[in-house]
Amino acid sequence: MKKDYDAIVVGGGHNGLTAAAYLAKAGRKVLVLEKRYLVGGAAVSEEIYPGFKYSVCSYVVSLLRPEIIQELELPKHGLHLLPMDYSFTPMDNGDYLATYPDEATTHEEIRRHSRRDADVYHEFSNMLYALAYAVKPILNYIPPDPANPGLAGLQILSEFGKHLQSMGKDKFHWLTKILTMSAYDFLAEWFESDIMISSIGTNGIIGTMLGIKSPGTAYVLLHHYVGELDGALTAWASQKGGTGEVSNAIASAAKSFGVEIRVNTPVSQVIVKKGRAIGVALENGDDIYANTVISGADPDITFRKLIDEKELPTEIVEAIDNFKYRGSSGKVNLSLDGLPEFTAMKDKSLLQGMILIAPSTDFMEQAYDDAKYDDFSKRPYLEIVIPTTVDPTMAPPGKHVMSIFVQYASYNMPKYGNRDQQREAFGKAVLDTLSDYAPNFRDLILHTQIRTPWDIEDEIGLKQGNIFGGELTLDQLFFFRPGLGISNYRTPIKNYYQCGSGTHPGGGVTGGPGRLAAMRILKDGN
Amino acid sequence: MKETPFHPRTSELLDSYDWNEWSGWLAANSYELDHSHEYLAIRTSCGVFDTSPLYKYIIHGPDALKLMNRVVTQDVSKYGVGKSMYTPWCDDNGKIIDDGIVARVDEQFFRMTAAEPTLFWLEDNATNLNVTIEDITEAYGIMAMQGPYSRDILNRLTKTDAQGLNYFGLMDIKIAGIPITLSRTGYTGDLGYELWVKADKAVALWDAVFEAGEDYRIRPFGDYALDIARIEAGLLLIDADFHSSKKVMYEHEKTTPLELGLGWTVKLKKDYFVGQKALIEDKKNGLKWKTIGLEIDLKSLEAIYAKYNMPLYLPYQSWTEAVPVYSHGKQIGKATSGTWSPMLKKYIAIARIKPKYASIGNQVEMEVTINAERHNARAKVVKTPFFNPSRKTN
Repeated sequence: MKKDYDAIVVGGGHNGLTAAAYLAKAGRKVLVLEKRYLVGGAAVSEEIYPGFKYSVCSYVVSLLRPEIIQELELPKHGLHLLPMDYSFTPMDNGDYLATYPDEATTHEEIRRHSRRDADVYHEFSNMLYALAYAVKPILNYIPPDPANPGLAGLQILSEFGKHLQSMGKDKFHWLTKILTMSAYDFLAEWFESDIMISSIGTNGIIGTMLGIKSPGTAYVLLHHYVGELDGALTAWASQKGGTGEVSNAIASAAKSFGVEIRVNTPVSQVIVKKGRAIGVALENGDDIYANTVISGADPDITFRKLIDEKELPTEIVEAIDNFKYRGSSGKVNLSLDGLPEFTAMKDKSLLQGMILIAPSTDFMEQAYDDAKYDDFSKRPYLEIVIPTTVDPTMAPPGKHVMSIFVQYASYNMPKYGNRDQQREAFGKAVLDTLSDYAPNFRDLILHTQIRTPWDIEDEIGLKQGNIFGGELTLDQLFFFRPGLGISNYRTPIKNYYQCGSGTHPGGGVTGGPGRLAAMRILKDGN
Repeated sequence: MKETPFHPRTSELLDSYDWNEWSGWLAANSYELDHSHEYLAIRTSCGVFDTSPLYKYIIHGPDALKLMNRVVTQDVSKYGVGKSMYTPWCDDNGKIIDDGIVARVDEQFFRMTAAEPTLFWLEDNATNLNVTIEDITEAYGIMAMQGPYSRDILNRLTKTDAQGLNYFGLMDIKIAGIPITLSRTGYTGDLGYELWVKADKAVALWDAVFEAGEDYRIRPFGDYALDIARIEAGLLLIDADFHSSKKVMYEHEKTTPLELGLGWTVKLKKDYFVGQKALIEDKKNGLKWKTIGLEIDLKSLEAIYAKYNMPLYLPYQSWTEAVPVYSHGKQIGKATSGTWSPMLKKYIAIARIKPKYASIGNQVEMEVTINAERHNARAKVVKTPFFNPSRKTN
């Protein structure tokens, strides 16, 4: 059979690049095909406004697996992480809650709100740390099929069982709670202060069409704490030059192993012959042949767009069609002439961290209320970072870029008006909300980029603009991701694999799906 | 304790109140309670370090070159005006006394920095030489600007183009009307400069530099951040990686520049210098120790922590208390300083071990202690500097 490459990866997102790098490192001849002019997928930095670089979608890094950093030697290829260890949450009464890189200052700060909460915060952090450590091994497992785990699957399950046992009864109880409860209820068991719950609770809704009081959001919160930085679990960072530089580092590592990357090369279909993938057909009419084809796209594209329906069993088609995306977030990127002033902020160092517009749990839940009916939040939750406070490479001297992650923005909100009108209205709601806390910032704006869920879908291909390539709810995790029987990176089509965020361990710039898919492929002898 | 010429500014910025004592001066450990942002400024933007406590000497007169060449191991005659060099100096037995920078300001005019008081040693060696030696330690402040944007900031401050100044070069400039001696030197392994300023003008220089640097996120850094950076750069620290033979009392505490991997600074073939004979002899007989880099195997370390049901723990700060290094369970030397490198994402250490184990790539073990219980983590011998960006010398 004709073969141009050992493997073709469809989609140059960070997971596709990771899979390609590992395959090439193992000696395979690999080609990555990306439809856009640059690699990275949702992890890209783009100079939309001259001199200013935006992390257009993904804007912070923590979940990137340390194994990948080591095995692909990413620091050598440009990985340069800057910790984001401050947080600032202004309140509607003019006060605020902040956290700092050091425990003592954080403790004193929380004490202003509740002495009780301050006292328990350390224990709470320990508990999260322990839970992050508890679930950590899962991130490196290829999910077994629960109905038919096989020897390797049973081994994984028993190994993990032992690991969980070692954590002790208390922590195991917390783990079962965090897997099932709402972020609000989970946090309310620890804290009395509303601002503590709303500020920490924001991690429970990100990328998810659920409110902080919806069951299942406590797990999403944990998902945001399983990352690590320099051995410190739960830590977050930004990448010098924007998140796109993480993708570029992986691409550079991949190239060093011999991977060939073609941008501006959209794939129309995977070529299947007698139930086996043998190559891809490009939109320009060319066919390229390979032993293995790997899709880095989301499950919808992987199974429903790149593959003819008749190649798949009905149950798989159903599983994929039932997979929930429901993009819930948007993004506003700004070029600024200077640093904004937050009315409540006394210590300017706080501008270096995460700024959360989450002034109360009611505010958070009301933001969700609008989204339930397919609208955008009239006063949305905002997670703001200004990477230029520590990284001079993203804007000209003295200027700044601001990344605003916005929730909620429903994929279906154009039912209230056309897309352009809704985008404008959504962007206005974001700027209006922020103006309540930083009145001067509007005067500083040099350029505005507004991204809605459909913009993310159109540009990057993530269905309904879900940033995780599918919601991170319990029914869509591990051996459910993206569906029972297809969670081990294989597909019903021989030599056709998946490696996107729609597979375990899910979304965020983790590289996990890419690495595990490559392991699977190599174990299969491909 | 003494306050450096920059003290009015450094003390204002020292939110942590975390001072240490450095040669009798107050020196900052870290300005914030957490040093990580200060470290990252060195690698990302520009960090400023107050290096004023160094001992400073000027040596001038017809025999100045002769004296310098007699004292230090480098061949000073090879360095023209406007050049500086890193060099150790030794006692008669070839044991290292100290290290520092010697700058040739003029044909017969040198400037020297030292970690330890060195006036006595210089004068002792100047017997019968026509040379003047002055201790100018208190007269000057030294500000180190270190990091990828240090040059951009300097270019904002002076009409003289810092771009043209080569690595270890030296030039006179003016900043805000203040005469400065600028050298392309530092202790971080990054692009960087050191600025010598008369003590009474130090605050004015500080203000000018910070004003020009604000747009580039300039920030001051203390010892904690510096120590991580200098280990990454493979630079040795006195009282950690070696001790001054003048200060210690026992032979086993002494070492030679050859054993410290500083052979490139020891010009055995030049005319007489103190310790030359002993070093030639040492080299002939074979060195007892070699100084190398270690990269600790993270998987091996993680497995040790897993025995305690703990995730991998990495040192948050650098350490300088020596720990044993083994080969197959037998001690072969010691690691003298180590750190987690946030830039390289590696756990690195500087170690002095028996030469037969010192070849690059050789597997050894380094002791780690958890709950006061001893374990050996696998480690690999690697080249130093661990971190060596091209901008340092370009």
